[in-house]
This record gives sequence, C-alpha cells and structure tokens, in this order.
Amino acid sequence: MLAGRLTPLLRLGRGSTVGGRVALTLDPRLLDRLATGRDVVIVSGTNGKSTTTRLVGEALGVDGPVASNRTGANMTEGIVLALARERAAGRAVLEVDESYVPSVAARTHPKVIALLNLSRDQLDRVAEVRKVADRWRQGMAQLSPDCTVVANADDPLVVWAAETAPHVVWVAAGRGWVQDAPLCPWCAALLAVEEGAWRCTGCEHRRPEPELSDVDGTAVSTTGGSWSLRTALPGRANRSNALVALGVALATGVDGDRAAAAIAAVGSVDGRYERRRHGQHVARMLLSKNPAGWSELFTMLEPGVPVVVAVNAEIADGLDTSWLWDVQFELLAGRQVAVTGARRADVAVRLTVAGVPHTVAPDLAGALAALPPGPVDVAANYTAMRDVRQALAGCPVVPEPVRVPPVGEGTEPAGGAA
Amino acid sequence: MSDLSIVLVFPGLLGTYGDRGNALVLRHRATARGLDVELVEVEPGQPVPAAADVYVIGGGEDEAQGAACELLARDGGLPRAVGRGAPVLAVCAGFQLLGESFPVSGDPHRAGLGLVDVRTERVAQKRAVGELLLEPTLPGLPPLTGYENHAGRTVLGAEATPLGRVVAGIGNGVLDGAVHDVEGGDLTDGVLAGSVVGTYLHGPVLARNPALADLLLERATGGPLPPLDDAEVEQLRRERLAAVRAQTPRP
Repeated sequence: MLAGRLTPLLRLGRGSTVGGRVALTLDPRLLDRLATGRDVVIVSGTNGKSTTTRLVGEALGVDGPVASNRTGANMTEGIVLALARERAAGRAVLEVDESYVPSVAARTHPKVIALLNLSRDQLDRVAEVRKVADRWRQGMAQLSPDCTVVANADDPLVVWAAETAPHVVWVAAGRGWVQDAPLCPWCAALLAVEEGAWRCTGCEHRRPEPELSDVDGTAVSTTGGSWSLRTALPGRANRSNALVALGVALATGVDGDRAAAAIAAVGSVDGRYERRRHGQHVARMLLSKNPAGWSELFTMLEPGVPVVVAVNAEIADGLDTSWLWDVQFELLAGRQVAVTGARRADVAVRLTVAGVPHTVAPDLAGALAALPPGPVDVAANYTAMRDVRQALAGCPVVPEPVRVPPVGEGTEPAGGAA
Repeated sequence: MSDLSIVLVFPGLLGTYGDRGNALVLRHRATARGLDVELVEVEPGQPVPAAADVYVIGGGEDEAQGAACELLARDGGLPRAVGRGAPVLAVCAGFQLLGESFPVSGDPHRAGLGLVDVRTERVAQKRAVGELLLEPTLPGLPPLTGYENHAGRTVLGAEATPLGRVVAGIGNGVLDGAVHDVEGGDLTDGVLAGSVVGTYLHGPVLARNPALADLLLERATGGPLPPLDDAEVEQLRRERLAAVRAQTPRP
C-alpha cells in the first residue's frame, strides 16, 4: 500500500522537504490522502504563523496527539512530511505559506482556518500583497460550511479575503503595521481609521464586529464565555496570536480554560525569545523579517539594551533588502548597535542614514564582542536567525527573570514575560 | 526657510518597495553638507507643493498606482513642478505613471500624467525580478546598481533618452516576447527626460548610487557639492557588483 512504499522517502533528511517533494511526484494525491479522517487546522498570515501554529498545537494537545509541521516547512512538501510522520495523530495543525492556502485548504478540508494578517514580505516572490488576498478570497468561497474561518477583523485585506467563507469568526487581533492596505479592497477608495477601527471613506465597508476580543487580559466572546488570556511571549503581536489561537481552539471544540492554560505555558517558539549566555553576554533572540515584524519588535526592546541586527537575503528571506528602508531604524538611536549577516553592508548604509552609529562584524561573535557585557537583543531575519541559533547552539539557556511585583500591585502578572 | 525642500509623493500608496529611502538618502546627504533640509511627505488629501526643490515618487501595487495617478492629475502640483524643471526621481510605478499610459488590473491603457514620452505595457511573460545593473547614459556616472521587480515593460518615445544601458537584468525590457538578454544588448532602463529621472531600480536606487543622489542634489541646489565619505556605500556597491557578476543568468 501507499504508506509502505513512500515511508522511506518521507523519512529522508530530517528538516529537509526533499522527501516530501519526491513523494508528491509519485503520488500527487498524497496530501489529500494523508489529511483524510483527521481534523485539520490551517494557520496562515504574513507574520505570526509559526508562533500561532505552536500555540494552537499546545492548546489542541490537551485533548490528545496533534501532528504539526516544522517551521519553515510550510509549503506542500513540508506539510506532507508532517502528516506522514505522525500518522497516529487524529488532529493536525499546519502552518501554511500564504501562497499555498487555497490549494492546501482544497486538499485537506480543514475544520478551522486561521487568517492572521497580510503585509509585504519577500517581495521578490510575492510582488503584490493584494493578489494574495484575492486568491485567499477565491479559496474561502470554496470552503464547506463545516469549516470555520477565524479571521482578524482589524486587517482589511484579511476581511476582504475571509468574508466569502460560509462561516467566519471575527477576532479583534489588532494591527501594528498599516502600510499595506491604504485602499479599500472593495471600492478602491482610501481607508480611514476611526477610534481604532478601519472604515472605507467611499463605501459601507468597515471593521466587522468581532466575536472574540481581548479586554484587559481577558478574552471575551460575544456568544458568552470569557477566559484569562496570558502569554509568556513578549509584545503586542504575541497577545494577538494568543487570542487567535484561543479562538481556533474554541472552534475546534477544546475547553477554553484548558486551552488558555496551555497557551500561557509557551515561553519560546523555535528559539525565539530564548536567552542564551555567550561569554559575557546574554543574547535574547528575536525574529524580524519584514517591516511589520520590525514594527512589533520595537515594542519588545528593553530600554538601554544593545541590539545586534542580523540580516541575510537568501531565497527564504527574500532576495532583495529594499524593505530595510521601510523599517524605522531611527528608533534605535541612543542604543549601541552591531550589525552582522550576509547583507550587513546594506544594513550599515541604512543605519547611517537613520542616524544610528554602529559596528559591523562578519559573525555573531564579532558583533557581540563590540557590545558592552550584559543583555543583548539579537534581531535576525529568517535565515539569519538560523545562523544565530547555530552560533549559540552550545551556549546555556538563561531562564526568564521572574518579575516580582512591588507591594500594592495585584498578584496576577500582566501578559508578557513571565 | 530651508535650503532644500524635498517632497516625497504619496509614500502610503507608492512605497511598497522601500523607495521612501530615496528621500531619506537625499535628506541625509544634503544635511551632511550643512544644508537645512525640509522633507515633506505628501499623502492623498494634501496638496503636492509645486515649488519644492526635488521630488521623489516610488513603486507600489496596481490599484494604488491607479489611485495615485488620478489624485496627482487632479491636484496638479507635480505636473506644475515638472513643467518648471524641478528635479524628479520616479521609480517603477512612479516612473510609469508619469508617461502616456500604463497597465493596471482590468485596464491595459490607463492614462498617465503625460509628462514624459514613455508608455508602459503589461506583457504575458514573467515579472522582471532580480539585480539590475546599468551602464549610465550620462558621462561621469559610475555603474548604477539596484534590484528590479515589475511586470510592465516601458517603451521610450523617439525623443526620450534612457537612464542607462542594461548590463544585467531587464529594465524597460522589450515588448515582443523576445528572450530577455541578460548580457545587455539593446536593453535599456529608465528615462532621462528634462528634469525627470525615471528608473526600475529599487534598492533603493539612491542608497546604492550616491553619485545619482548627488546629481539630483546638485540640480536642486545649483551645486556643486563637496564630496562625502562614502566608504560604507562603496563597500555595499562592491558586494552588489560582485553578486551580479557571479549570478547565473535568469531563466
């Protein structure tokens, strides 16, 4: 039978998707077959896919085994590998690259699809964000009514895409970066923002009323029900990812309190936010691969902490570094900054124009050596993060400092670093 | 009253590829020479000043390009500025919309501002994406390096001069479906038309090509300008030029 012939191929090279590619060539219906009989959840968007996939995986995991794909292996081949590796798992949570959502949805008949956000990323591969949204919209219209789409009400392109789905749960997942949807997707008039909600200046379209919102650290549903929403991950975007993950868990039938507890326990995703001691430095790894991601990253930096900026431009990063000029690097003024990565020369020129003095080093060790001892935030894009993790692989993990609230503050810690 | 006013046109609509960096580079290089610089970012709803010293307009998505062109036509500030000979750097969609016509979704011949003798067509074959290297038409300029990412192909009118000859990449391209010759041949990029410099070079183009930035500044201020320490940019240029020479031809 199929599984016997293909299993050796699917075990080819841990971390590689070559086995998946070969297997799909031999059996193009493989993905459909592997998904049959399982509850599948798809997670996609420009930023937050990996984190939200992990959070959903943990939340669904309270009820039994869950298959999931490794970060980066989010196109067809990687998905096939994940499903094949964990045959016993009755549920699967799949991180899916934005360009692959319609085809993967058509072939896996998901129970839930989470649509997080859409903004510019890897423009050499995805030239127009709007076209991704259009294909999503066409794909959503094909879904069965059994599928719930959990979609970000604060992103106009996501709303444009999701509204054609038979069943949508709108989530107030918020929006930090607003540069990629200046025009109304329905009528092309300019969009405006009123009291934090987007609306079109030319037609009746506006932010839909969300079913699920974050009210001061509590997730509240308009259908009744509220749950404590805490996360050990830093920054606004991760609170939003946690809210979406909870929404997905609820749509899948998981108990909200147990899901929220599982979500709150996640402190690091693929090395992100992890702190490691390297000589005299404690390096915290942060992923940032496009302007929207950097916009969120600035909200996570601790005052006074030096920063390493590590940027590559391999295929997985996007081959062009023009996006660096849409990042407000001016906000690094006043910090000590070191630059590394294959495209450090591009970053150096950007930082000079931004008025940020910096040193340039050929590798992470050199970058750290240029900075005073103590904590350092290392902001890396996709493959540069891989390189940073490799450089820090032998270094001990430093646990998060425990924050002791001063006398008089409530005992319930705020969402953020535990 | 500043020494130099820079207008960045509709960065919210035409800023998808980092081209706002061109305005930042101009400001940086002018400030480094002791000039007092005003950078005005004009968004839809605000008038485009007609009397500024230099204008920067960048690339964006289809619908945004169409919306921007309509707004600019109605406003009239940019056409007046071009009419009085103000230096303009126009990249990609910004470059296209200055011409006679350009393609958007559903309309292959949307009217442009008609300020420059070019027209742009969409072709069926794949987008032009990759490192772009030019031998400049203007004497004294070093090679122009950047990254292109566009679907349109631009035809220059008989009187229009290209910005440069393509050494690697596609640039304005050709329309008849012929194979794009990576080694150059007859391919050109961009346009030099009066005070307008148009190009498909992102990067941003002025970040990678300080000589072009200084050319625009000298035209805007009456020049000449003292040189700056460009060691960092020269390092970047060396790397980019080496990368282009090492790359395999595009399929």
